[in-house]
Amino acid sequence: MIFLLKKDILNDKTKKILSYVPSAIFPAIIFPPIFLDSTGSIDIENNPKILAAVFAIIVGYFSQSIIITIFVGLISYWFLIFVYYQ
Amino acid sequence: MDDRLKTLKKGIIDVSPLMIPVVPFGIIYGVIGMELGLSAYMTFGMSIIIFGGASQIVLLQLFSGGASSLVAITSVSAVNSRHLLYGAVFSEYLSHLKITWKIILSYVLIDQAFAVSNTYFKKNEKNKYKHYHLLGAGFTCWTIWQISTILGIVLGSVVPEELGLSFTISLTFLALLINDFRKSKNIIVMLVSGIVATIGYKTIPFQAYIIVAALSALLVAALLTLIDLKKK
Repeated sequence: MIFLLKKDILNDKTKKILSYVPSAIFPAIIFPPIFLDSTGSIDIENNPKILAAVFAIIVGYFSQSIIITIFVGLISYWFLIFVYYQ
Repeated sequence: MDDRLKTLKKGIIDVSPLMIPVVPFGIIYGVIGMELGLSAYMTFGMSIIIFGGASQIVLLQLFSGGASSLVAITSVSAVNSRHLLYGAVFSEYLSHLKITWKIILSYVLIDQAFAVSNTYFKKNEKNKYKHYHLLGAGFTCWTIWQISTILGIVLGSVVPEELGLSFTISLTFLALLINDFRKSKNIIVMLVSGIVATIGYKTIPFQAYIIVAALSALLVAALLTLIDLKKK
């Protein structure tokens, strides 16, 4: 869309703030399905999603790989719900 | 070889490695679309019209949660607002192009295409056909995204619900943030957004929790930026 704009319409300060957009928006999508149960109440005890997300964060921090992060999160989630909590 | 074709090819080659995570992402999107009960046409149509993984998944999630169109559109625009930044950066290189070129390039300018073409533009500012690089990179992304969406739609109709694949929504967005995990200011911004959204999920009306959380977090980001500038 932006191409329609003229040169340098956004100053450096605005660009800096815009660079925070993913950090400002994505957690709003990430957190509620992890921390809330199907009725919308906070659920932090024996919640496999929290544990799986923690594993994914640790692996993501070190590997810096998007796809490895997703797979580690998903596989640890499956392990927790199908093996550990059974 | 014609310079235009050469630049186009360079764009395709440069972006190709970045397509590896796009394939599973597209499949995940297709599967979730099916799991949340959308029709195959609607799921695929979103890939053609919106052409943006993160925003399409947000739209799916909000629609299935019963959000109004206004909230859905605002939230998706918010998710996509980083493209404002991409466009602003590229306007330095491409502002001389005709409007049709600008519209076509804007359509295909996604994260991966921005990353590789930005590097190319910096190094090859004098190439008068440099926009062909973005065209090549962008349409490679586009093609891969459409094919993997279709794969996901096909798979989605056979994958059992017990696998809890909707959890991949959270995981995918979490994975998109890994580059920012090492920056303390970003972590503060992430926590503000996540906590506001979790608390506001039930209390903020019209499923507007994403927008409220994002705005609160951006406000904190703006404050952090201003404090940082004052220090210098």
